[in-house]
Amino acid sequence: MIAAVTAPTRIAPRHRLNFAISLGASLRAELLKLGKRPATWLIAAVWLLLNLGFGYVFPYLTYRGTPTGPHAEQSVPAEQILAEILPSGLAVTAIQGVPLFAGALALIFGVLVTGGEYGWLTVKTVLAQRPGRLALLGGKFAALAIALLAIMTVTFALNAVASALIASVESRPLNWPSGLELAQGFGAGLLIVGMWCALGALAGIALRGTPLGIGLGLVWMLVVENLIRSFAALLGPVDALQKLLPGTNSGALVAALAPPTSTGAEGTPGITDVVSGQHALIVVAVYLVSAVIAACLLFRHRDVV
Amino acid sequence: MPLPSMRGMNDYLIETHGLTKRYGHRLAVDDVELRVNRGEVYGFLGPNGAGKTTTLRMLLGLVRPTSGTALVLDAPPGDPGALARLGMLVETPAFYPYLSGRDNLRVMARYLGVLDAGVSCALDAVDLGTRGADKFAGYSLGMKQRLGVAAALLGEPELLILDEPTNGLDPAGMADMRALIRSLAGNGHTILLSSHMLGEVQQICDRVGVISNGRLVAEGTVAQLRGEGHLMVTADPWDRARGVAEQLFGPERVRVVAESLRLDAAPEDAARINRELVTAGIDVTELRWAERDLEEVFFEMTGGTTSHDINLQGVAQ
Repeated sequence: MIAAVTAPTRIAPRHRLNFAISLGASLRAELLKLGKRPATWLIAAVWLLLNLGFGYVFPYLTYRGTPTGPHAEQSVPAEQILAEILPSGLAVTAIQGVPLFAGALALIFGVLVTGGEYGWLTVKTVLAQRPGRLALLGGKFAALAIALLAIMTVTFALNAVASALIASVESRPLNWPSGLELAQGFGAGLLIVGMWCALGALAGIALRGTPLGIGLGLVWMLVVENLIRSFAALLGPVDALQKLLPGTNSGALVAALAPPTSTGAEGTPGITDVVSGQHALIVVAVYLVSAVIAACLLFRHRDVV
Repeated sequence: MPLPSMRGMNDYLIETHGLTKRYGHRLAVDDVELRVNRGEVYGFLGPNGAGKTTTLRMLLGLVRPTSGTALVLDAPPGDPGALARLGMLVETPAFYPYLSGRDNLRVMARYLGVLDAGVSCALDAVDLGTRGADKFAGYSLGMKQRLGVAAALLGEPELLILDEPTNGLDPAGMADMRALIRSLAGNGHTILLSSHMLGEVQQICDRVGVISNGRLVAEGTVAQLRGEGHLMVTADPWDRARGVAEQLFGPERVRVVAESLRLDAAPEDAARINRELVTAGIDVTELRWAERDLEEVFFEMTGGTTSHDINLQGVAQ
């Protein structure tokens, strides 16, 4: 009887249905956990605060006041700063922090959601419940996607309110970006944070915990990639390498959406135009899909000890 | 998977065949043949590091065997359909510290696809109904262990796999847990229970499998493992008494344990050995029929080399 147990040669419809049910069950459980987890709200709050601060508050103060910093004479024209924080600049301004702090926060989020299960040893508890391993992890990725979608939606909504406020205070017309521009900005932002989040989730699984995943992830993102980019202008192979890095391509994807007159390409940290938008889109998408596949393979096949 | 019509052809809820797990050069589990019948409490007994937890993890699908096969509820380990019909408690109970006990169970209920209504019943079953709103992080070890059992009970599983369920509990908590396990068995649950406590296994298990150095060295009911009893004689001087006993029963049926004689004889032989010893001028200070306890059986099977790992608490009770 035992010997008769063989792997099915193809997935029967009943199994697909069972998988869908398990995936839905896992998603519901994961959403309950995310919603009640203080770290989720902390990450979202920091994200929105940084986004508003660096996207609207600081630029507006710079526009209103006379720049007094040591490099004040090199500052961009005040009208150009204002243009970016008016409603017409919403699609790009809302995501200009994505390659840097929002990406870093998304990476931390991803590590917390997968690595936390190892740190608390709950991975054994949940794997002994109904969903199989793939459905369990699928539910996690789906819940992360929903959370990121929600945070990005709130980001755009808050940014819209901020830009409308500035426009009314400055008596400027409410010229909103086109639907296509907004969709492109929203999609690009979601893709970039999705990529960093998936890479974080992979790190959490690979390193079976949160501290090392977060530490190494941030060192890579904020230190190693910047160092590589600083040598790229001097060494040909390093230049070729930087064009394949997730950080470079995140920055390039945002830069591709910024209008040519914008300060974005040169002025915002993490934003670069060393590769084209199309190149960046493909590389970011490949990183996202590869991270999800690698996480699934690792999670499915590795022993839980 | 077996055809539906084959279900119930045997009544093993767990059946392993040559189950083996190797970590590098170390054999953690070696060719284990385990069968757990429907409705029984099966004790999986062994010292720390004998391979109990690794075996249970393979049965849950957490660890893949190096070789061999296992069927749990007629399905390979980790099969979602089978997982839905079993509850487990592996080692220390692991839950989300930022969630309350109730919310932790709600999460597990969602994973299982059962209604939240079962959560209250499970909390009440382990006397946590009034503390369900408290954060798991603030629970005592005993409460955590009980929440683990509550999670195992969600979805009314047929089979419970409990790894050292009384680990870390105080004596009252242990007694409560054992009573809970017996009552669950009385309600028709099949239970596979691992323990390194001989007394515990002796008290609550119908059948026992003894694992040592990764190998299942014996399997049977507690009575079968204990085997026949013996006549225990304490006499002075004990070495002369031994000579008399060996003349009566033959040297192979006489053993000396701590200056007492253990005779492989029938209870009715007591009068004869007493008479012969007294006639020989030997003082008999104790003469009684004794059955072996699981502790002795265990030490015999495992060569006694790991006795320091075994917790004898409860054996004398």
